[in-house]
Amino acid sequence: MSKYQVDKKGYYGPFGGAYIPEMLYPNVEELQSKYLEIMQEETFQQEFHALLKDYVGRPSPLYHAKRLSERYGANIFLKREDLNHTGAHKINNTVGQILLAERLGKKRIIAETGAGQHGVATATVCALKGLECVVYMGEVDIKRQAPNVARMKMMGAEVVAATSGSKTLKDATNEALRDWINNPVDTHYIIGSVVGPHPYPDLVARFQSIISEETKKQLEEKTGSTTPDYVLACVGGGSNAAGMFYHFLDDEQVKLIAVEAAGHGVDSGETAATTALGKDGVLHGSRSILMQTDDGQVVEPYSISAGLDYPGIGPQHAWLFKSGRGQYVSITDDEAMQAGLLLTKLEGIIPAIESSHALAHLEKMNFKGGENVVICLSGRGDKDLDNYMKYFGF
Amino acid sequence: MKENIFKSKQKKLLSIYYTAGYPTLESTIDIAAELEKSGADFLEIGFPYSDPVADGPVIQNSSEVALQNGMNLKVLFEQLKALRSRVSIPVFLMGYFNPVLQYGIENFCKSCQEVGVDGVIIPDLPMYEYEDLYERIFRQYGISNIFLVTPQTSAERIRKIDKLSTSFVYLLSSNATTGKKLEVGESSAVYFQRMKEMELKNPLVIGFGISNAETFAKATAYAHGAIIGSAFVKLLSAPNYLQEIGPFIENIKS
Repeated sequence: MSKYQVDKKGYYGPFGGAYIPEMLYPNVEELQSKYLEIMQEETFQQEFHALLKDYVGRPSPLYHAKRLSERYGANIFLKREDLNHTGAHKINNTVGQILLAERLGKKRIIAETGAGQHGVATATVCALKGLECVVYMGEVDIKRQAPNVARMKMMGAEVVAATSGSKTLKDATNEALRDWINNPVDTHYIIGSVVGPHPYPDLVARFQSIISEETKKQLEEKTGSTTPDYVLACVGGGSNAAGMFYHFLDDEQVKLIAVEAAGHGVDSGETAATTALGKDGVLHGSRSILMQTDDGQVVEPYSISAGLDYPGIGPQHAWLFKSGRGQYVSITDDEAMQAGLLLTKLEGIIPAIESSHALAHLEKMNFKGGENVVICLSGRGDKDLDNYMKYFGF
Repeated sequence: MKENIFKSKQKKLLSIYYTAGYPTLESTIDIAAELEKSGADFLEIGFPYSDPVADGPVIQNSSEVALQNGMNLKVLFEQLKALRSRVSIPVFLMGYFNPVLQYGIENFCKSCQEVGVDGVIIPDLPMYEYEDLYERIFRQYGISNIFLVTPQTSAERIRKIDKLSTSFVYLLSSNATTGKKLEVGESSAVYFQRMKEMELKNPLVIGFGISNAETFAKATAYAHGAIIGSAFVKLLSAPNYLQEIGPFIENIKS
């Protein structure tokens, strides 16, 4: 048993657990007691992998970015999650969870979404399976992300505005949890990140672990070794990073670097750099590191990237940070935007602004030459064109 | 010392929930005193949290306003120093776990004891964590921890909750967030009856969805008492809310 994976009680070191009101206990307990068994069924595995192959388009390529490599003096490989159906890594998890929901006999699916990527990925698998789908999205985000709202509606999902608090991802998550409380029997909640009460962080990480599973094989084909020197990924809640790190966790010679969003700067008051500013706390059902006031009220995060705009991180990340297994750094809006443009110009790939944060950290690394570096390109930049256009004046 | 109402034969106990620091920062104690004068049997005073996932719109709003007014646990305990000079009925604090965790569990229990709070309701504090880490501290300071039971809670778990409880068991009328209307249909009547027949050592108090004389009567037909929250918090938005408390309570108790 890896010391970086969840223990029998649902914890990663001091983080994790299930801090939920009694109203959610039966639902969460049902998941806790059944998820591993269901996921290990042969028919589940067959259907999951068939869908990943034929519907999502996996395996996603591991691309050796030559011009980027020349610029930084290292062998840089991009794990192309941006080429998945719906444009990001989010679908790996929703495909898995919809199969789980079916086997639990659930008829109705709910989800939260920030920028809309997870909402779209959930609406997609609900259309695929003909299940009712309700997506909670902050009122502010609904206005900012009109194309994704349209996509969800086209696929038959109902998009409900979260009008409480800051009207963004955190509040959409609160509304989804309230819906689950009020619909305790027939509804499954597809959480989009490695957050929430146990078993969600483990469940989502397992579905996303396909990213590192494929990477190891592909890396061996290309370099002769399954072991890179560095693995980088961006972290909001942390699902693409959890999947990208998963099969490298116990190989301590692989340096894991998680990149958070610093927004306008760690000390600007407008940031989502959780590990830099946060303290131990409880939000959305788990104990983790959280940006909060001294009184324990959750602080509103900020980032130009809606997918990193979350005041906490998943409990496994909190543990990787605290134990020193992972290095947690942050990148500002400006640094990320420049890195996004650089990749576009050097490689002809427009990355999601989330992924641009991971790319931007390359500027801060000192390579001796010849190190193998894998970066998770978690999503494509189509959804961010408006932002890129405004920022660069194209 | 007054008779312990949770061990007495007295029935149809009325409890009122409201949020500390709402509608104004300084309203907390005045509302408590007015409620006691009007005939409420015990109180739940909510301390606000930024992300109250078990609450519907009315209590969400009161929490948001209370936070804007500057309410937090430090301010609340400062205000509650005046509690026992004006209020003698039992008082419970209700809120989410994170503010308590930041205040410090032992510090929190100590402050509760110092100001004369009888117990606390923290819906997202897991039972296993309470048992493993905090039960000893709660007992040391004489603070009751109240657990919730829903229609979905298993009999085995209810027995365990009863064993850990020291004042009352908080029975949710349905699996719902606060502020929904109670409908005592066939299924909830069956559930209330089943709970009654379990003959727990602790009295049952029903909450969530109780809003008026009719729903209060329905609930207390099965339980020791009932709690009104959202309907009362709504009343506090009136400009002359202190004057409206008396008639509101009288109407329910009549």
